[in-house]
Order: sequence, then C-alpha cells, then structure tokens
Amino acid sequence: MNAFEFMLRNWREVLALTGEHLLLVAVSTLIAVAVGLPLGLLLTRRAALKRPVLAVANILQTVPSLALFGFIIPLKYVGGIGWRAAVVALVLYALLPVIRNTVTGVEGVERSVREAALAMGMTDRQILRQVELPLAAPVILAGVRVATVISVGVATIAAAIGAGGLGTLIFRGLRQYDNRLILAGAIPAALLALAADAGIGLLESRVKARRRTAGAKRGAIARRFALAALVIVTLAGVGFALWNRSEKADVQVGSKDFTESIILAEIYAQGLEARGLVVERRYELGGNLAHDALAAGEVDVYPEYTGTSLMSILKHPPMTDARAVYELVKSDYASRFDVEVGPPLGFEDTFAVLVRSADARRLNLKTVSDIVPHAPRLRAGFGQDFMSRADGYEGFARAYDLQFNGRPREMDLSLSYRALAEGQVDVIAGNSTDGMIATLGLTQLEDDRHYFPPYEAVLLLRRDALERLPAAREVLQRLAGSISTEEMRRLNYEVDGNKRPAADVVREWRQSKGL
Amino acid sequence: MTPEGNTVVHFRSVTYAPPGVSAPIIDALDLEVRRGETLVLLGESGCGKTTTLRLVNRLLEPTAGEVLVEGKDTRAWDAIELRRRTGYVIQDAGLFPHFNVGRNVGLVPVLEGWDESRVNARVEELLRLVGLDPEKFGARLPAELSGGQRQRVGVARALAADPPLLLMDEPFGALDPLTRAALQREFAALQKRLNKTVIFVTHDVREALLLGTRVALMSAGRIVLLDTPDAFLRSDEPHARAYRETLQLPGEVSAAVPGDGRAEGEP
Repeated sequence: MNAFEFMLRNWREVLALTGEHLLLVAVSTLIAVAVGLPLGLLLTRRAALKRPVLAVANILQTVPSLALFGFIIPLKYVGGIGWRAAVVALVLYALLPVIRNTVTGVEGVERSVREAALAMGMTDRQILRQVELPLAAPVILAGVRVATVISVGVATIAAAIGAGGLGTLIFRGLRQYDNRLILAGAIPAALLALAADAGIGLLESRVKARRRTAGAKRGAIARRFALAALVIVTLAGVGFALWNRSEKADVQVGSKDFTESIILAEIYAQGLEARGLVVERRYELGGNLAHDALAAGEVDVYPEYTGTSLMSILKHPPMTDARAVYELVKSDYASRFDVEVGPPLGFEDTFAVLVRSADARRLNLKTVSDIVPHAPRLRAGFGQDFMSRADGYEGFARAYDLQFNGRPREMDLSLSYRALAEGQVDVIAGNSTDGMIATLGLTQLEDDRHYFPPYEAVLLLRRDALERLPAAREVLQRLAGSISTEEMRRLNYEVDGNKRPAADVVREWRQSKGL
Repeated sequence: MTPEGNTVVHFRSVTYAPPGVSAPIIDALDLEVRRGETLVLLGESGCGKTTTLRLVNRLLEPTAGEVLVEGKDTRAWDAIELRRRTGYVIQDAGLFPHFNVGRNVGLVPVLEGWDESRVNARVEELLRLVGLDPEKFGARLPAELSGGQRQRVGVARALAADPPLLLMDEPFGALDPLTRAALQREFAALQKRLNKTVIFVTHDVREALLLGTRVALMSAGRIVLLDTPDAFLRSDEPHARAYRETLQLPGEVSAAVPGDGRAEGEP
C-alpha cells in the first residue's frame, strides 16, 4: 500500500485534517492581515515607530516554531494548548510579511502622485484609501501571500500542541517510522501551500494588470473568479472542519504523543462509546501538554504512568515501592488538581536498559550491574526524554557508577532502537512494553539497584467528569488490571510493527476480552 | 472692495528656513500677485521658486512673515478648502496611475461632492478644452498616454473645480521641445479665455517671456527683479542680463524677442 492508496483509504481523516489545517491558516492569516495592515499603515504615519515595530516583528519571525509554541503555552488568555495557542503563534509569524509589505508598498507610491493628491485637497484618509492603498495593493498582497505560505508550513507544527491539522499525520508517521503517514500529511500540506501561493498570486497579478491597461474588464472577471474560488475553497475546508467537530462531545479523551498512550486512550474511549457516550479524541499531546490540558479542563482523561507523575509532574524525589508511589500520587492529584487516579491497568512501562541479545550472551549480561565493567567500551544512545528527565540518565549513571565510551548520543527514541539493532550504539534505554524488543532480538537488563521508580500505567480523570458521567467510572473499574505486559507489547507491536490503525487493534482486543 | 481686493496672493516678508538648513530657502520675500495676471517665477534650480509656490497652497508654512490668499493668512485657511480652490499642475503631471483619465480630471469635483452627471459633463468639457477627445481618452489610463497628453490631463484636472487661482510648477519642463512649444501656445490662448490668476514656475526664460504678464526673477530666496517681459529685456540687472544672453543663438544678430518668435521650433 503506497501513500496514495493510504490517503484514498483514509480520505475522511485526511480531508478532515486538511480542513482543520485550512481553518488554522485562514483564521490566522485573516487576523494577521486585520492587525498587520493597520499597524503597517500607522508606521507610514509615525516614522518613529517604524524601526522598533519592524525589529520586534523580525525577531518573532526568527524564533523557531516549536520554541514559540513553548512560550505561548503558559500565557493566560491567549495561550494554553490546542487551537487558540496555535492561531496566536501563526499570527505572530504571519505579521512580519504583512506589516513590512504594507510599509514598503505605501512608501513605494511615487512622490509626485502623493504630492498631487495632497495639493488637490485630499484629506489624509482620502489619500490613504483612494491613492496609497490601491497603489500599494500588489505589494501588500505579495506580503499576504508570503504570510499564507509560511502559515501552511508552520501549521504542521501546530499538531505538537494539539491543534490538529496535517501535522498530526506527519508526527504520527515520524513516530511509527511510516513514510506513508508522513506523505499523507506532507503532500496535502504542500498542495495547500501551492494552491494558496497560486491563488493569491493570481489575485496579485490581476491587481497589477488593472493598472497597466484600461481593458480591465476581462481581468476584473478573472480576478473576481479567482477570488470567488479562493473563498469557496476556504469556506468548504473550514465548513468541513467545523462539521467534523460539530458533534457535541460528552467527554474529551486525551493521550500523550506515543503509541502506547494512544492505545490506552483508545481503549478507554471505545469503552465509553460502547456505553453510548460521544467522545472527542485529543490525542498526541507532546511533552507535558496532556497534563496541562487535564489541569485546564480541556481534556477529561488521559493515560499516565505513576513514576512519571511522581517525578516529572508532582516533583517528588524518586521512590521504589509501587504501592507507596501509587498512594502518594493519588492523594496529591486529588488535593492539587481535583483529579482521580484510576486503578492500575495491570502493567508497568518502565525504562528498559537494552542490549543486543548476542552481546548479552557473549558477555553474560543479565543485570545493569553486569555492564559496569564493560561500559568504557560500550557506546550508549538515549532518547531526548531520558537524557533530560529527573529519573533519567544523570541519576541512572550515578546510581550504577557507569562510565560509557564517550557521552551518550542523544537521539530520537525510535531511532535509538534502529541504531542498537544496526550496531551503531551498544546500549539504549527503551520502554519495557515496546513491541520492538522482541522483533529486533534485544535483551532487557534487570534494574538490580532499583533505580527506576515504578511506572504503573493508570488513567487520570477529572473528578467533575466522573461525577457527571456514571458510565465513565464503570468503564474505569472494568479496565482495572486488565492489561498484562505481554498484551501491551503485542498491542504496541500491532500498531508500530504491523502499521495498523490503533482503533482497529483496540477493537479486536476488546472483542477478544469480551468487553 | 477691500484694499486687498485686487491682490489674490500677498507675501509679506516671508521667510522659510526649516531647521537644519544653513541659509533660508526663502528670505524676507515680498510679492503681490494681482487678479487675472500670470506671474512667472523665473530662476535656476534651488533659488526657491518651487518653495514659494508651495507656500501658497499651504503645502508649506512660512517660518516668519505671512502669506495671504484672498486677504487671509494661509494658516487661517482650512488647508483642504484652500487647496481645493487652488489648481495645481506639476512637472510629471502626478496623475493617479490607477485612475483613468476621466476619474483623474473629475477628482476634485468628486471630492467636492458633485453629482455624477455634473462631474461627467465637466470632465467632457475640460478634456475638449485641453484638446483631448473625451470619447477616445476618457477611459484610458495615464500609462497609455504620451507625455504631452498626460500634461494636458494634468491641466484639465487642475481646472476641474474652476479654481480662481492656478499654481503651475514647471508644467511643461519634461516635454520635448516641439510638444512644449505647442502646449505653451495653447496655454497662452487658454489663459486669455479663462482669465485665471496664475503663478507659473519655470527656469526657461523663453517660456517666462512668452507666458508671463510679469516676470519675477528669483535668486537665493529673493526676488531680484519683478517687471513686465518688455522691461525684463531692457533691464541692466546682472541676472536678467545673463538670462538675456542665453537667448542669443549663434548667427542671430540681436536678442530674440519670443513675442515675435513664436513659431520657433514648431512644426
């Protein structure tokens, strides 16, 4: 199945995401024009403001998009996660070309024309509306065109903060090593960019043509046609996106941005749907966004791991007793976030220190302590998450007094599996439930010094949602202890290894369990 | 009639010296422009003649002294009202490139709120007046006109709302000699019919002598000579003499008097 067959088979999702993408781009570009055009005009009237304002817009333009999203998330009123924050970021990016081209366009109006307008007794307003704006229009439109194309590109990153759009497919594809998914997101995004570029470019050339020849009738019709087509396409996309999300959801189910989290969220979501509830899925929230969204009430539930909660979210020191961790986390969530921690789902997803099975046999490695004497000859490669988190590399190396051959290579988690299998590194830290462990012939070393806290999988739920929806609690109870480590590995492998949709995999699993 | 009754524009020791400029551009200038005359400001580049013009319709304001238009200080005038009753023609016409000829000419009447049929009639009348067929030219854009045609449109636009006062800043300066001569001749004839008060800026002494009722010779922000063309030709003032000498062509015995030499350079 190639990328096009994939798109055809999943046309509904691709179309819905394209619509979301279009909505993001259209709304943010409109706002950017609504803000940037008057601001640009003001700058042509207040020379002193020009340099500082353009400098700020320039700086905004150079902030990497993920970093900009990061800055926006904690802001009140404009920030948060999802759609609103994405629009704010996109507007900030689109502002510069709009402002700069407005200034350039207006200042480019010939001196003699401006002088004549003034001498004819036109007011400043009349000069602006009848002379400067029409003459600057092609340049301003060129700025809008650049802003739109930039927005189409940056909007793919918006998926990282849960704003949806075609980036959702691209990120999912990157995570699952699935080029079809990447292409299913990238191709429509590229087409959108080309269409926006061509559409606005056509408009621009019509505006220019009107000034060169008086025989503007034909141009006017074509221009009106282009404008109408642009409006219709945008409205259709926006309409589709709205229609697609118009169902009033009873409950918002979130997930983090990796396969296992999505599967667990989907298991719960399907359980709710089986009881007749309407579920809105807000999956693939990066970093700690899922927690932020839960705390802010933007999602009602998402899957988490007790150890992660303990250290990354609640900022406690490491603890080793699973029962104690669970109880502490439960009472903290209740008092600090009004969130209930569901019963453990039945498995742990801890960091798994992995080596190739051939090495394990040759060097007789069973525990992490066993590799300490060999470590100076071993190359390590760890995911960014493991390198930076409180219960990650630093403490791990200290706890075992590990000295690897050079500083560990920091790489994408899924890439590190490949690097290990292909012999580019010798030790990685994966996830114990990962389906890849078995398929790639890897051996997990026992954490004999109990450095890693217990990572029991649980669901976190907002109390107000549980009180509102009795079914939510029933489903929660049914799932207690229902998933073993082996089952979780198999489910993960179905999605990551066999490239099957999580929803299908979960549906079969529920049937097999008689749920 | 007030004492000012016959004076349309009155400069009273006007100085224009914007900050950051060492010497004043206009230096204690006194000048009365009479109703119905064509006063030509003649001088080399930078002598202050264009600045003088811009002080009349308040594109600039004097830093000392006062400019009276119809007896009223320009600073007391509403700038918009003053400009709408003052026609203005500049060297490269300054037509709006996105307006067709008709809209350019009808600009001030439209701003003044005339109804459409009155504007259209006025536009037609003016295009005929400046020698352009309204049928043929009304819908064209400035880019589709020759330099001479654009300048005719510029004149028509300046006359559109029938202003009593007309300011012209080297209106024919950028045209080729043949077209310039033709337009000068037509303008002289037009002025006889319309009897506007005109202040006309040029650095071309032939044009000054041909069109001016009086010629004001300017140098370094002052008027060094103000007299009729005939008196100008007889004057001993050094600048006037220098200009007169430029009129002598090789082989010519005496100074050409443009009044007689109208046909010069014409087809």
